[in-house]
Amino acid sequence: MLCEARAPRPGCTRDRITVHLRVNPLDCIAHGLCAELLPEWVRLDESGYPLLADGPLPAALVETARRAAQACPTRALLLEPDGS
Amino acid sequence: MGQMAFVNTTGVTAVALLPRLLAGMGDQPVTALASHLGLYGPLPDLRGWAPEQLVEVVEQAGLRGRGGASFPVATKMRAVVARRRPRIVVANGAEGEPASKKDRALLRELPHLVLDGAAIAARAIGAREAIIALSENDDRGARRPLARRAAIRAVRRSRVLHLRPIERTGQRGVRGTGETDVRLAAIRARRQAPPDARAERRDARAPGLIARHGASWFRQLGTAHDPGSALVTLSGAVARPGVYEIEHGVPLTDLLETAGASDDLTAVLLGGYFGSWLPATQVPGLRLAPQALADYGASLGCGVIIALGGDTCPVAETARIADYFAAQTAGQCGPCVSGLAAIADTIRTLATGTAPGTAWRDLERWTTEIPRRGACQYPDGASRFIASALNVFADEFHRHARHGRCERCSARPVLPAPGARVTA
Repeated sequence: MLCEARAPRPGCTRDRITVHLRVNPLDCIAHGLCAELLPEWVRLDESGYPLLADGPLPAALVETARRAAQACPTRALLLEPDGS
Repeated sequence: MGQMAFVNTTGVTAVALLPRLLAGMGDQPVTALASHLGLYGPLPDLRGWAPEQLVEVVEQAGLRGRGGASFPVATKMRAVVARRRPRIVVANGAEGEPASKKDRALLRELPHLVLDGAAIAARAIGAREAIIALSENDDRGARRPLARRAAIRAVRRSRVLHLRPIERTGQRGVRGTGETDVRLAAIRARRQAPPDARAERRDARAPGLIARHGASWFRQLGTAHDPGSALVTLSGAVARPGVYEIEHGVPLTDLLETAGASDDLTAVLLGGYFGSWLPATQVPGLRLAPQALADYGASLGCGVIIALGGDTCPVAETARIADYFAAQTAGQCGPCVSGLAAIADTIRTLATGTAPGTAWRDLERWTTEIPRRGACQYPDGASRFIASALNVFADEFHRHARHGRCERCSARPVLPAPGARVTA
């Protein structure tokens, strides 16, 4: 969803709603696909569980992140717009 | 029975003001409603109070949650009301902290205080139901559910509100708190509406007294930011361990003196296993109020205070509690399960002088990486405790890493760790 150009709503940057990447720890069982598909934002700890970078996802990574989330075998990787 | 006493900030005049909550403490539990009303005075007829009036008096009293976050209770009540979902009050007496006894002691000895508070909270937020969560074990560790029996008896005799005791639902007592947190988090993660808006009341004691005596009476004790008194459970190197009612803002040294603390204290744990250690050098000048403690990065948390004496090895104690943390995880989230196990194993190698060169760096990394990656805050609290121990007892840890176990390592354990793995 696009923001109003003149009066950006809170949570909007660069004309887009900011998106956060999140892992549902109850569903994640450390397949590690996310780190493979999105190494710019996700790395794995010693046990193979993902560690995410801080802050909102850069706009340039949103599409890759979406594909990584779709590829997660347990659907534990989630894209969340701010304020949701 | 555990020792119950009181400590105050201002000496003689304040003595008359404390005890408040524990005013009814005697030889016998006060389960009869008439005895309770005789000791604390009649509860005002709640039907005469509009819910918002109750919230207002709680706000004027400045009551803050006693569960650790120290959040204003009135704000929380309004937030629950604003959510327009079925409301329920949970008075959580099923304390999960091994060293905490205050909730069970209160439910065993003065259950009507908790029921009063639950009834007022229910009236204030428009809840039709209040759950009193009770522990299976009593506060002396015996599997004699005296608190449970006393509370249920008190519920039956209560004319204030019809409270429905819930029989035990799982292995770990009545709706164990940790389990509830995980369950709610699980629901939220799947984006379904939680079944009800819960206002958990660990502070379900003071409202009964505030409704009786008013906001300004409540503010006669404590600090401007943290009015009133609080219950704490003190143990460790003290002659008189037990549950104490303290005025917020009292110097920690006064409490330790009252309890007969040993004069060779090395450190004090504040806030239990989700809290932090303070070296004995920082104890003078420390005042027991949430805001005052925040300056030291500490918190009263669940009210557990443990004094560590010179004859106890802090490294052996930390290793045992690290094992306990690893053993007690609910096992739901990978970073918690694998992370706490790795921490426990590595602490053990430090304690026995067999640590790899990477041990310190690993521990530092794990204690910062594990928090916020579970569905509940259990791994966060455990990591904070370990990081705090590594920091405060750094010299001792280095000594053990070089020379292995010390002569105090096999001393009698001080920090309780029920059900922890047995290690060599």
